[in-house]
Amino acid sequence: MIGYSLERLFHSAIVIIVMSFVIYGLMGLMPGDPIDLMISADPKLTPADAEHLRTLYGLDQPIFQRYINWLGTVFQGDLGYSRLFAQPVLEAIAPALFNTVKLLGLAIILSLLIALPVGIWAGSRPQTKTDYTINLLAFSGISIPPFWLALLLIIVFAVLLPILPASGLPTGEGGFWETLRHLILPVSTIVIASIGGHTRYMRASMIETLRQDYIRTAVAKGASPRRVVLSHALRNALIPVVTIIALDFGALFSGALITETIFSYPGMGKLIFDSIMGNDFNLALVALLFATFLTLIGNLLADLAYAWLDPRVSYKGRER
Amino acid sequence: MISSLKQHRLIAVSGFILLTLGTIAAAAPLAEVLLGLDANQVDLFNRFAPPDSQHILGTDELGRDVLIRLLYGGQVSLLVGLIAAVAAALLGTTIGLIAGYYGGKVDAIMMRFTDGVISLPLLPLLIVLAAIDLEKLGIPEAIANSENVSLYRIILIVALAGWTTVARLVRGAALSLRERDFVLAAIAYGASPFRIMAVHILPNLLSPIIVATTLSVGNIILLESVLSFLGLGIQPPVASWGNMLTNAQELIWSTPTLAIYPGLLIFLTVIAFNFLGDGLQDALDPKKSR
Repeated sequence: MIGYSLERLFHSAIVIIVMSFVIYGLMGLMPGDPIDLMISADPKLTPADAEHLRTLYGLDQPIFQRYINWLGTVFQGDLGYSRLFAQPVLEAIAPALFNTVKLLGLAIILSLLIALPVGIWAGSRPQTKTDYTINLLAFSGISIPPFWLALLLIIVFAVLLPILPASGLPTGEGGFWETLRHLILPVSTIVIASIGGHTRYMRASMIETLRQDYIRTAVAKGASPRRVVLSHALRNALIPVVTIIALDFGALFSGALITETIFSYPGMGKLIFDSIMGNDFNLALVALLFATFLTLIGNLLADLAYAWLDPRVSYKGRER
Repeated sequence: MISSLKQHRLIAVSGFILLTLGTIAAAAPLAEVLLGLDANQVDLFNRFAPPDSQHILGTDELGRDVLIRLLYGGQVSLLVGLIAAVAAALLGTTIGLIAGYYGGKVDAIMMRFTDGVISLPLLPLLIVLAAIDLEKLGIPEAIANSENVSLYRIILIVALAGWTTVARLVRGAALSLRERDFVLAAIAYGASPFRIMAVHILPNLLSPIIVATTLSVGNIILLESVLSFLGLGIQPPVASWGNMLTNAQELIWSTPTLAIYPGLLIFLTVIAFNFLGDGLQDALDPKKSR
């Protein structure tokens, strides 16, 4: 188990190093460059000055050298300065990260609270009317474009029946209830967008588990259907669901980006979008790496949890 | 038996919806002629016109006909979705076949790479890809700024996001097929690896590949619409269902109906593709029938 954990940790470390280079390289391909921005801000700069600045900032060096230099400053604890927020990158990211954790945390908990029981219910009676109805609803949730869903919620609850605010955070000090009221629409968007997938995972896993031999034994011994599902099947059926849900972290983050942008909710997703659109390279680079890093940690934990929860999984040469 | 009939009905209904949508979208030029309209004709004196006999769904914020733009948008969204899904399937099949056939180190490296891609927060990275300046990649300015580039670019970008499912599926199936007698016989006869993969393994994988591709079309259309909505996909004046919603957010206070139609069509298309894929999966996979 320890060997397996170390191996997975090693793989994640490789992915994050490769991704940091890829993202760094991509940032260099964004429209406009820092020196051009300086020139446009100060018309007195001559082309000779621009050349000088380029050398000063090391922008004339090959990309790999620049990446190594950047990595050096990062390890000294200097993540750079955000042009858009006019503050150090880390200070801009910290509150955004907190806001996203709040938004996604609420959304995941709500989604699972509804999806798991519904999925178990549908999965224990496949091919019935109940199952078909739940399946139809789950597919609708998966297929709805999240940004359109957000617009619809705004139209219904903020325009037609003006009972909820159309933005994600109250202006000024709103207090607890006011904050919660502003969170209703963004959280609902993410819940509706992810609940279908969660329900289908749970349902599929339940159906699969109910086909196992030990379930047949339990039924043959005369256990009631309710007891078979809840005491015999449920625990094993939950294992793959735990993993898939943790693996979905990246997708969830994509949903947060859309939702936060539409509701102007100051989280990581909106921050990444704004920094890319606003040519704030320092901020975009670090924020993207942060998001990648967190997703990888989520996946790593999912993998380890899976291996730990399910003793049937062999750590060597595991097939997934 | 009842369930298999139900599955076939599901395939028929979703297939019919998709064919109808495709046919109507393809008929956009005809509709233009019949109604005497032009998709990109701006008419600032006739903005936000309510539906009438000429503008069946009214006009948008620039006075363009909403129905005609929806039809042209449908052409773009469906084409991008289908082409990108096929491209993603080709890429995924190639990677999965090679990994599954060779096994061992090759497999380990390729699947670690696939896992790495799967675990990334895709949308932010795709936004970066959509925002990069093509001229900095050494592509001539005339090509980088031409109208069709945004189309090819979005196809490439969403295809990059969609190949992983197919790759893992093909790899898993190829791993087990490689041990089957007919493949071992072909190896013994001295067939080249390419021939074995193309002639002996691939044909046995067609149905799972078709299912995975169909299921991925829906996701790819969603992704294209999100990127276009954010202003990073299909660029106006070319209409796509996603970019028709870009301005909808500012307009929902005055004309909420403009936000309804494009989203409804995306939803209908994506759910039809998902049901089609689900139906095909059950119909083509005998192990799954219950």
